[in-house]
Amino acid sequence: MKNKIYQSFDEAVADVADGSAFMAPGFSGVGVPRNLLAALNRQGAKNLTGISNNCGTLDEKIDVGTLIAAHQVKKMYAAFTSPTHPSQISPFVQMYNDGEIDAETVPQGTLAERLRAAASGIGAFFTPASVGTELAEGKEHREINGRTYVLEFPLHADYAFIRAFRADTFGNLQFRLSQRNFNPIMAMAARVTIVEVEDEIVPVGELDPDKIHVPGVYVNRLVKIPPDGIFD
Amino acid sequence: MTEEKPKLQRQAMCDRLAMEFQDDWIVNLGVGMPTLCSNYVDPTKDLIFHSENGVIGYGPLAPAGEEDRHLVNAGGQNVVPIPGMAIVHHADSFALIRGGMVDVTVMGAYEVAENGDFANWRIPNRKGGGIGGAMDLAACAKQVFIALEHTTRDGKPRMLKRCALPITAPGVVTLVATDLGLFKVTPQGFELREHAPGWTPEEIQELTEATLVIPPDLKEFRFRD
Repeated sequence: MKNKIYQSFDEAVADVADGSAFMAPGFSGVGVPRNLLAALNRQGAKNLTGISNNCGTLDEKIDVGTLIAAHQVKKMYAAFTSPTHPSQISPFVQMYNDGEIDAETVPQGTLAERLRAAASGIGAFFTPASVGTELAEGKEHREINGRTYVLEFPLHADYAFIRAFRADTFGNLQFRLSQRNFNPIMAMAARVTIVEVEDEIVPVGELDPDKIHVPGVYVNRLVKIPPDGIFD
Repeated sequence: MTEEKPKLQRQAMCDRLAMEFQDDWIVNLGVGMPTLCSNYVDPTKDLIFHSENGVIGYGPLAPAGEEDRHLVNAGGQNVVPIPGMAIVHHADSFALIRGGMVDVTVMGAYEVAENGDFANWRIPNRKGGGIGGAMDLAACAKQVFIALEHTTRDGKPRMLKRCALPITAPGVVTLVATDLGLFKVTPQGFELREHAPGWTPEEIQELTEATLVIPPDLKEFRFRD
């Protein structure tokens, strides 16, 4: 069995090249791969394309916004490309308004489905979300059984950075509660999937096959978060 | 001066919308004011609260000190797990939404129009938007309830003939609670079902761009028991 375990986050992200596309899961700060994003920030890759639910928050925690603030990202795909309150001016908002970063605003369910499509070999799909809004302008529409849908395409990436609760050495993953969010579909959609593990990496065979959320075949690299790492 | 008359509190607005939830409904509450709907618990109804991050069947907000950092609702608030709760990933969470399983979604908005359009994701002269799951929910939930202040801070109406801001979904809103009353969206436009105490239909109309339908059985706003 190929060894997937890396001793450090820096080693796990060392080969991320300038211009790569990456996926970063997380929802309301839960399930965010903060240790890997911190390592990518240190590594310094530039001109990245990011796929994430939001474009960073205002708190001090490391997230995709950390890479944006460091001018490592040229384009974002996200369900939030403006803050939920106009007074919240994140680095992304400032840079987006100044034209220093590009972005595509994607309804959250469409974002999730574009990831699932990428993971599952689907060429495109029709969704009713956004029909009749400015986001659907210019997109192909089709009426199917009396309902109007808009055509959406998969979102692929070179890397997915994943936060799991527990893993085995083969890379089978388990998540805890709402930590799951985008993690499984991003883990399945990217070309290279790198996972930071909160609780433990157990020997292969110890996880119940019926309780695995992402099969290890999708996982390339695993790093256990050390005691002095970021857990929240 | 109508400006000085007391208006309805946000909790009362959300209580009133929550009274319309029916037994066994799957309910999705948007970020902000709508989360107040979960404070109104009617023990005669079994409600299932769904959050777009894949939590199906969560309980009330977690008391201080009892938060589980792995469990949040759509607004990022720590909630309590309840028996029967299930977790799915984001694509399955929105499969549930688009598949028509959600009986009602309650959202905030900047504007609502008499044709059932509403706008809550983008403000003018600003790039981008904060859509989150609103477009998927609005297009696919069986009903869309809106909770919003009747006017903007500078007194402009939010209950319009047509939305001026980019809409979230066309023709989907069924019920609106504002700080002046409860409004049903009908083919004839906004029907004022219940008025805030002390407010006449004429006073409410004055603060509304759309022409209100005033039914003969207009009632005073209903508060929780």
